[in-house]
Amino acid sequence: MFNEYDVIVVGAGHAGNEAAAAAAKMGSKTLLITMNMQVIGQMSCNPAMGGVAKGQIIREIDALGGLSGIISDKSMIQFRMLNRSKGPAMWSPRCQNDRMQFAQEWRLALEEIENLDFWQDMVTNILVDNGRVGGVRTGMGLEIKAKAVILTSGTFLNGIIHIGDKNFRGGRSGEKAAFGITEQLIQLGFEAGRMKTGTPPRVDGRSLDYSQMEEQAGDENPGKFSFTNTPNLKEQRSCWVTYTNEEVHETLKRGFDKSPMFQGRIKGLGPRYCPSIEDKIDRFADRNRHQIFVEPEGWHTVEIYVNGFSTSLPDYIQYEALKKIKGFEKVKMFRPGYAIEYDYFPPTQLKLSLETKLVENLFFAGQINGTTGYEEAACQGLMAGINAHNKINEKESLILKRSEAYIGVLIDDLINKGTEEPYRMFTSRAEYRLLLRQDNADIRLTKIGYDIGLASKERLENVEVKANKVDKLINDLKQKKVKPDEINSYLDEVSSATIREKSSFYNLLKRPEISLPLLNDMNEDLGGYLNKYQKEEIEQAEILIKYQDYLDKERKNAEKMEELENLKIKQGFDYTTVKALSTEAREKLSKIKPETLGQANRISGVSPADISILMVYLGR
Amino acid sequence: MPLPFLHDTITALATPQGVGAIAVIRTSGKEAIEITNRIFNGKDLTQQSSHTLHFGEIRNQEAIIDEVLISIFKAPTSFTKENATEISCHGSSFIIQQILQLLIEAGARLAKPGEFTQRAFLNGRFDLAQAEAVADLIAADSRASHEVAINQMRGGFSKQISSLREELIQFAALIELELDFSEEDVEFANREQLKALLERSLQTITHLIQSFSTGKAMKEGIPTVIVGKPNAGKSTLLNALLEEEKAIVSDIEGTTRDSIEDETIIEGVKFRFIDTAGLRDTSDTIEAIGVQRAKEKMEQATLILYLFDVLTTTPDDIALIKKEIKSLDKPFLLIGNKVDQVQTADLPPFEKVNPIHWISAQSSQDVSHLEKVILNTVIDQDLNRNEVVVTNTRHYEALVQVERALQKVKQGIQQPISSDLLALDIREAIRKLGEITGEVTTDDLLGYIFSKFCIGK
Repeated sequence: MFNEYDVIVVGAGHAGNEAAAAAAKMGSKTLLITMNMQVIGQMSCNPAMGGVAKGQIIREIDALGGLSGIISDKSMIQFRMLNRSKGPAMWSPRCQNDRMQFAQEWRLALEEIENLDFWQDMVTNILVDNGRVGGVRTGMGLEIKAKAVILTSGTFLNGIIHIGDKNFRGGRSGEKAAFGITEQLIQLGFEAGRMKTGTPPRVDGRSLDYSQMEEQAGDENPGKFSFTNTPNLKEQRSCWVTYTNEEVHETLKRGFDKSPMFQGRIKGLGPRYCPSIEDKIDRFADRNRHQIFVEPEGWHTVEIYVNGFSTSLPDYIQYEALKKIKGFEKVKMFRPGYAIEYDYFPPTQLKLSLETKLVENLFFAGQINGTTGYEEAACQGLMAGINAHNKINEKESLILKRSEAYIGVLIDDLINKGTEEPYRMFTSRAEYRLLLRQDNADIRLTKIGYDIGLASKERLENVEVKANKVDKLINDLKQKKVKPDEINSYLDEVSSATIREKSSFYNLLKRPEISLPLLNDMNEDLGGYLNKYQKEEIEQAEILIKYQDYLDKERKNAEKMEELENLKIKQGFDYTTVKALSTEAREKLSKIKPETLGQANRISGVSPADISILMVYLGR
Repeated sequence: MPLPFLHDTITALATPQGVGAIAVIRTSGKEAIEITNRIFNGKDLTQQSSHTLHFGEIRNQEAIIDEVLISIFKAPTSFTKENATEISCHGSSFIIQQILQLLIEAGARLAKPGEFTQRAFLNGRFDLAQAEAVADLIAADSRASHEVAINQMRGGFSKQISSLREELIQFAALIELELDFSEEDVEFANREQLKALLERSLQTITHLIQSFSTGKAMKEGIPTVIVGKPNAGKSTLLNALLEEEKAIVSDIEGTTRDSIEDETIIEGVKFRFIDTAGLRDTSDTIEAIGVQRAKEKMEQATLILYLFDVLTTTPDDIALIKKEIKSLDKPFLLIGNKVDQVQTADLPPFEKVNPIHWISAQSSQDVSHLEKVILNTVIDQDLNRNEVVVTNTRHYEALVQVERALQKVKQGIQQPISSDLLALDIREAIRKLGEITGEVTTDDLLGYIFSKFCIGK
């Protein structure tokens, strides 16, 4: 029934979809297998994309030629640029999405891709021949051959859902779990673990009293994720903020004796930054209220996502407690919150390309690697798709550097450090945060995406135009000078030191209190001139001028580190023969098998002295 | 320990630690000649050809540190096959320390032991068979510095450092909190709180940095200078204290032309006694330099021993001397020598300039009592032996850089600059501190945040 595929992608969530789209667009004959074609691109948790650090990742995916940005733009119902006041490296786009439309847009986008086939079935076995992947076997007993397989199993592998003292098998609310793969991979020599995550109840928006809540509206001038010409939002839906109270907490506590978390029925480790409401009450007993975000699930539905109220307490306790929240007095619950436990494979078993070290041409992406979050999953899927295609075409893997993209930071962290709890991206994880901004993701990555055959020519041309215009703008601002009497009264007004001699706009912009739009307002000549530029170009130029010293410093640090990144370690290097290394370093290095000295340096337990020693052994 | 970046310019003392007549400081790396030139007052070294020798001064701003000879080697014809310089200076540990400090400020970093050899090896000077030897050297050094660290843990050093580490983690975490978790319903630290927190860290670190001179002194011996008029018996006293013939002794005034120094341990505390040329106006130029140096030694010393000959000195002379030494604001002892050559009754009335310690260096009479007095003076004055001190040059270097980074953070808060930039400077501080305490990771910061703040929807 099936010819041999180049790439089979197992799972059609954020990771699987990006993987399938990338591999197919680059030219691989690709099959996407999912247990249920009705839920391709399902948002399992909250109906939102982006946020701090995550928004930057979506911009990066888009810049490389991935689809998450475009899908988000098409399905968003609200947009906010977070962290506007914190400096440009921190600006983080975030949107609320129409959950159903999001999935639909994914399905439509995938259906448009040549080379991409679909099959609804459960994969139960990975076919492995001589340490190399050969395809998959399905629940229906089919064997489908492929040169490479990408596993994106999400929370489905041996998934168990917990609600109070009830638990049952499932991969997501209302969906079956998947079985067989974990056991087979363990037999092949893989190490597996359990993780846990959770989700809050969904309620009927018609039963809520919004007059008792604070409105959280979208940005006045909503932005978007994609660097392509996706449409901007014209109309937006608001979210609402309310709070729990002591009474809510007391009610919830009545269910603690039935909590699968507190009673030890859940063994997997959950994320500390995404605690359940019972966890918050338990760990921060002195807090008498917690924030609740009331998020609409879409344009055309009354369903509401109660963000901040993730719980696995019994359904009736959830209901009783919800009713005590301000504005929720008459609440009707659609679905209870639940916790889910699932299998993952410690990501230290992967190469930087996301290929497993044990089985050639087998790739893992998403929650199977111990991460959490749509954005984290999507970017791994994209990279796995790219690298599976490259591998079977004998091309070099695409490895993004830590100084190049959050995606690089994420994968490098996973591979070198592993993770004990579900890994989420934070900007603080990136040592070159100032370089990894959302405004320059295209300048950082689109050329790379184009060179590997994923980003379109049009995208590349747009970036080049943008880069040139920004350069020109910066140069012009260096040339354009202003006389003291033309500007001093204005400088006084914003409590900035007045000038005595002619000064360039460039130099004025270096002052923290001066911004380009403000200068624009006060100086007609400049205003007229700036009209020729797009908002993004002006923003970019201003950032480059204002933060030049800091950016230079970051770049210098990154270049210094690069020295170590460029020192490759021969494959199969035998660390056990290097007696001068510390015992811990020998063990860790033998296990992780870093590809460069830079990577070796990031493995915990490997000291600078060990790096010095390795340097000697590797020669130069 | 810093990472072994190959493009860094490294520097270190190439001659053995301790005191020789001259010392050689070697600097190697792409910028070796530029960096050396920055601290050199003489010809423009960057314009000189390889394998040439240049005379000039090394200055710290206006103050002359030393007169030196500098050899220049250009890549690839140096030991390391990189650009390199060798500074030959006088062998005083104070001078060496100052020059190294200036080189570091000019852009070099302290080399790890074995690092010059490692560079030479990596640049192809040795064959592969020697790799193991070099690797062992690095490993041994890393273990040795670990031992130093462990030894220091017995003092309060490690406690201070780890509380500093905690403070900085807390500070950085508060900054990261407002960046990564700005949407959370938690209380963010205001600028005043951050400033207060920072001031506390700066205080700790300033204290640690200041303790370095003390620590250095304890490690290398507390510099104790013996001064006095020619022929007061200074060299004899030095020999008596060291219990060996180190200095040439003669009746001829001005026998000691330059400073002579050596170490001895008095009840567990190491002293470095420095004998100097006699203080007088002299027309002999070589000796004049010696006298000049004696004055410098007094400035650098922790304790001054003023020795005088009871036979030729009047109480008025001493009163005058006492006033002069007092102006240096350092602990000093007045010591009357050659008491065995005079009857106590014949001594002029010295009571008005008490206390004076009477000895005979020649016959070692009361020298051991003097040792006790010396010890007590030093302990009372400066070196409370329980005090936290930094003794390791690498630690000192790292601490100075931490302080510099923290000063930048402070400026940033005052300006004010945006938090992402503040975070950049605080990270720099943490990275430098990590060279002493072991790396501070993002997980340390996140761990702090998650333990203190209720994060997450």
